[in-house]
Amino acid sequence: MQAEYRPQDGAAPVLSLRGIVKTFPGVRALGGVQLDLYPGQVTALIGENGAGKSTIVKILTGIYQPDEGEILVDGRRVALPTAQAAGEAGVTAIHQETVLFDELTVAENIFIGHAPRNRWGLIDRRAMRGRARAILDGIGADLNPAVRLRDLGIASKHLVAIARALSIDARVVIMDEPTAALSHKEIAELYDLVEKLKAQGKAILFISHKFDEIFRIADRWTVFRDGQFVDQGLMQDVAEADLVRMMVGRSVDQIYPKRPARIGEPVLTVAGYSHPTEFADITFTLHRGEILGFYGLVGAGRSEVMQALFGITRPSKGACRIEGKVRVIRSPAQAVEAGIVYVPEDRGRQGAVKGLPIFQNVTLPSLARTSRVGFLRLTEEFALAREYTQRLDLRAASLDQDVALLSGGNQQKVVIAKWLATRPRVIILDEPTKGIDIGSKAAVHDFMSELAAQGLSVIMVSSEIPEVLGMSDRVIVMREGRIAGEFAGERMTPENLVRAAVGLDRSAPPPGEGEAA
Amino acid sequence: MSMLKSRETILALAILALLAAIASRFPGFVSPGNLARVLTDTSPLILLALGQMTVILTKCIDLSVAANLALCGMVAALMNGAGVPLPLILLAVILLGAALGAVNGLLVWKLGIPSIVVTLGTMTIYRGSIFLMTGGAWINAHQMSDAFKAFPRTVVLGLPVMAWIGLAGVAAMALVLTRTPLGRAFHAVGGNPHAAVYTGLSVGRTQCAAFVLSGALAGLTGYLWVARYAVAYVDIAAGFELDVVAACVIGGIAIAGGAGSVAGAVMGALFLGIIKNALPVVGISPFWQMAISGSAILVAIAFNAASQREPGRIILKQAEHRT
Repeated sequence: MQAEYRPQDGAAPVLSLRGIVKTFPGVRALGGVQLDLYPGQVTALIGENGAGKSTIVKILTGIYQPDEGEILVDGRRVALPTAQAAGEAGVTAIHQETVLFDELTVAENIFIGHAPRNRWGLIDRRAMRGRARAILDGIGADLNPAVRLRDLGIASKHLVAIARALSIDARVVIMDEPTAALSHKEIAELYDLVEKLKAQGKAILFISHKFDEIFRIADRWTVFRDGQFVDQGLMQDVAEADLVRMMVGRSVDQIYPKRPARIGEPVLTVAGYSHPTEFADITFTLHRGEILGFYGLVGAGRSEVMQALFGITRPSKGACRIEGKVRVIRSPAQAVEAGIVYVPEDRGRQGAVKGLPIFQNVTLPSLARTSRVGFLRLTEEFALAREYTQRLDLRAASLDQDVALLSGGNQQKVVIAKWLATRPRVIILDEPTKGIDIGSKAAVHDFMSELAAQGLSVIMVSSEIPEVLGMSDRVIVMREGRIAGEFAGERMTPENLVRAAVGLDRSAPPPGEGEAA
Repeated sequence: MSMLKSRETILALAILALLAAIASRFPGFVSPGNLARVLTDTSPLILLALGQMTVILTKCIDLSVAANLALCGMVAALMNGAGVPLPLILLAVILLGAALGAVNGLLVWKLGIPSIVVTLGTMTIYRGSIFLMTGGAWINAHQMSDAFKAFPRTVVLGLPVMAWIGLAGVAAMALVLTRTPLGRAFHAVGGNPHAAVYTGLSVGRTQCAAFVLSGALAGLTGYLWVARYAVAYVDIAAGFELDVVAACVIGGIAIAGGAGSVAGAVMGALFLGIIKNALPVVGISPFWQMAISGSAILVAIAFNAASQREPGRIILKQAEHRT
């Protein structure tokens, strides 16, 4: 598959990547991938979360430098050391979260960094507005160049981002999940715009999780998986099922130490949890000793549901029972008291308190238990911290050490130890192994299994299919804020999970209908 | 932790070097009697710096401390004029100071207004209230009872009560910060507010508690100030809030929150107190005093910035054990 690819229609690619390798400490994000973008064609880049799509965008836009491999523009090898160099080479990206300046006008946003100058070297506002007007007209956008960006809606901001891309005479336009925040009408307008760009001969890299739009808009496809190039071809020659198989099919190179668990009575019952904007009708039951996986694409609303269960946000509807008793959880403190703890995904921001020593991080939610008449007892704290960090096999010189000096995996252990020390009944692990090295991953998996064996109920939110399948007794798949399917036993296959997550499951409502809120 | 300790050691060494330099020309400055005088004179700054430190720990700042001090001082003087006994006055100013601090804290907590804006506003309101209460009139020494004026100066076990109150404040705050859940919460909330929320701590309530503490200390200091200088008027301690913040900064309290210690705040205050008391002795004009205090702040900030530079990720296994 790594052999030289020859396009069937004879057109030459504008931009090609060959053998791109990008390594981060402990992670090989890209292991020798290739990509070809053709003028006047849309190439869809398809892959699971973590397949390396975002890394490739950052390499194309000059934000990351590849460790190996070459970037060819018109067949000539180029380097893109900076975002500016990428712009000069004709590559531009319209990002998932639009990176624009709210306090500047539409015209200023379009021309920031390359504004037309007058003879005094000052910004020529009139020329800038005129050219902005021309570009906006070219893409059929009815926007006033003089209006401030913060007064525009998301769809209009997208148009500005696209206008900005065109203003630097881009030949390659990268669209990273451009429809994620758009309404149906706006999506239709975006498709028209993509057609216009194609007609102008731009090469478009279209990154999307939505199969319906890929089949509607793309001319070519490329699949990445786990940082590896899988295959590429023309849309007309491929079926949905093939793409799904290429996305998920992988070698079994990770071993999951899931032990057979004795699943007991229901511990947590969630009925009809809904939130005005984030999720709706979330109903599930978690049993004693069970590991319940929550799979879905990034942004499917899984973390939001967990935050509501933990009292960070409040659901507008629905009820939650713990061991049969209705519990109203309005704050994390109440959740901890009810026996629910949450290990968040973003360890840096939400997990460990850097600057505090390890033992103080561990005992932070348990201080009521380790103090007497309002005073802390450091011996008790040390004992508690030692007990739980030893159970997790934490590697640290001393419990007095600042937690900021630990590696990511060990910080994760400190956060988990912190929660176990509160003696919970339900532990929610949000992407528990994201960004940690393989060794620590195995330790976390092993420990998760042990917790379940001891009778703790675990909810594991994960975007990694092998982890979800390897660790879970049962899997709930979420899509666009709703439960898209529940799988156990033989139905727990990679294909079923991905189909439900991207909306191809026949039992789920067809995309574009039904789920419009 | 070792870095923090070394920062405080360096500050202690700087104070000793400063004292040695002064003593080389004016040996009388380091006599026990004079050092006690410096401590007494610096006590208000120490008390306020302790409160300010807790506020800064939680990522806030309290610019209203000096106005709070002045308002509570005036109330103390007025109560004294009305014949209220001293213990009641002390209780009243502490409670009033705490209440004024609570106003700051509640505005920060419930309305989510940045603390610099809140306290900039209340600072003006508190000063304005003094004017409304008195019409701008002064309360002078002869209008205060002798007991009222004498209490801070009464010598107990070789030190004036004022210095003892300063030391008691240090001991109490050290206890609160290192040995109570609240003290732990100050550090956690400032160190990582997001993580604190996930731990079940209320960031706003913790910040409010810091303001209440800071206010109570300012209220107590208000009485001490008015009684010691035997005068109360609208503008007492005007601009003193900046000295207080300066003491904290010199003491290594990170303005970004989370990092700092009682020892740092106390030494920062002592450093400024020594400079203020030494310069007239050395014969340097008070204008130089401002330049020297300002330079000390910049040096301290530059030093903190250097020591807080990201150490980089620890990827090597052996590095984890070396720290």
